[in-house]
Amino acid sequence: MGRSSSGADWRKPLAMTLQVGVHLGALLPLLWLFVAINQGRLGGDPVKELIHYLGMGTIRLLLLTLLVSPLAKSLHFGQLNRLRRPLGLWCFAWATLHFSAWLALDLGLDWSLIGGELVKRTYILLGFSAWLILLALAITSLPALLRKMGRNWKKLHGLLYIVVLLACWHFWWSVKSGWIEPAIYFAIALVLLLWRRASIARWLTSLRR
Amino acid sequence: MLIKKPPRNAPSEAHATPESAYVSRRTVMKGLGAGIGGLLLARSAHALDLFSSEKNAAAVRKPLEFAAAKPVPELTLTPEAKVTNHNNFYEFGTGKTDPAENSQGLKIEPWTLTVEGEVEKPATVDVWKLMNEIGLEERIYRMRCVEAWSMVIPWVGFELGKFLQRFAPTSRAKYVAFETLYDPEQMPGQRNRYVGGGVDYPYVEGLRMDEAMHPLTILSVGLYGKTLPPQNGAPVRLVVPWKYGFKGIKSIVKIKLVERMPPTSWNKLAPQEYGFYANVNPAVDHPRWSQASERFIGPGGLFSVKRQPTLPFNGYAEEVAGLYSGMNLKKFY
Repeated sequence: MGRSSSGADWRKPLAMTLQVGVHLGALLPLLWLFVAINQGRLGGDPVKELIHYLGMGTIRLLLLTLLVSPLAKSLHFGQLNRLRRPLGLWCFAWATLHFSAWLALDLGLDWSLIGGELVKRTYILLGFSAWLILLALAITSLPALLRKMGRNWKKLHGLLYIVVLLACWHFWWSVKSGWIEPAIYFAIALVLLLWRRASIARWLTSLRR
Repeated sequence: MLIKKPPRNAPSEAHATPESAYVSRRTVMKGLGAGIGGLLLARSAHALDLFSSEKNAAAVRKPLEFAAAKPVPELTLTPEAKVTNHNNFYEFGTGKTDPAENSQGLKIEPWTLTVEGEVEKPATVDVWKLMNEIGLEERIYRMRCVEAWSMVIPWVGFELGKFLQRFAPTSRAKYVAFETLYDPEQMPGQRNRYVGGGVDYPYVEGLRMDEAMHPLTILSVGLYGKTLPPQNGAPVRLVVPWKYGFKGIKSIVKIKLVERMPPTSWNKLAPQEYGFYANVNPAVDHPRWSQASERFIGPGGLFSVKRQPTLPFNGYAEEVAGLYSGMNLKKFY
């Protein structure tokens, strides 16, 4: 099913269209955000809203990234896997903006305060750890490094499973009230992880070798 | 000493900002365009607001007569547009702009306030009549939110203590319990847990009797020289400047003097994070962030970040620290 040459004809353009869609879908909200802030559309004091917007975007991109492989597999649509790299990199970009907004706009780059908060607040430590892993994944997504790392590349990039859990946990502990929204994201993450439990099991086994 | 009794004819802060300036600023806030960003990534509740904001005409704010505050040179006022567009009023949604967007239709006139409990003369007061006869004054206060941001706001109101005296509190009145309007039809956050942030409504707050009687504690009916907009707690709300903002209960319908410490909304929701006293205290952190400093929301744009140290009792220690002598403020946060 789906392996016939006629099938491949429309699959490639579709995959490419989706790829363009990923870039636009990740970029346009940032442009919108820029315009909205400049026009005062995020309210009197946009800092908290901005940080939340960027954080929510990061989590959604993470979940989308996690969706790609199992979807490609079950639809026998291998070219979907092309979306993983742009999605992952955009995810890192959004996470970096989220983190930078917190550093610069909320804490005003007060490094002693930032250091203290990173150490003392578990939810910030969770978010920071997730960002550090994303940083490592983003750097190693350079094609040259991918080839050089061989099997280790897969081992390292399996850490995305951990990032998703850290991000949801970070969200869960950061909310002031109302556990429902983070619970929904946690549930989606768990469903996605369960869906690909076979790959996760393989990843865990590979780590032991 | 920050609060001075000014002469009745002194110019007020309200006179310093031309109405055209804040009206034009406010129109900027109106109406969010659609956009792929909004469609793709805005939180669902917000996304709805983005498109509905245009249809809600701003509630009418009436000019008030009051004794103006003397300027407080060391304080910079937060612009009016920011005071009225950055609010926590979970009855209208948990986003900072939700209250301004969703509360404009709140029916604030007529409005009655019932004072009952341990008083010899319980009564129900017409708040709009009260505004005209009680003798209002302006107070320029720091406002420190428990979320580590702060503003400086020119409130218009009257001392809660003097007001309560009218009802002749009995000797058994040890605490004052406050209650916000409960009207799920008008307040979407009360209809839907998701919109209202999981708070158990109606919102309730409380003060110890000596805190309530303190001259810094006011019931506010206005800001920037006019009656309160709904998102700031119209028509009458509590302002206790040395406590975190969530103590300043909004749109009050009932005040009950009681013998025992009353329950308070945020304390019920997360007792390890929000205490009954909630005095601004840079030495006692919130479990999830430092309270040692705060982001001041003043004039200027996104990148003019002003992080400033938080003062004990929000700068009012001289006046109120005595209320808590001998108390362990780390335990009674």
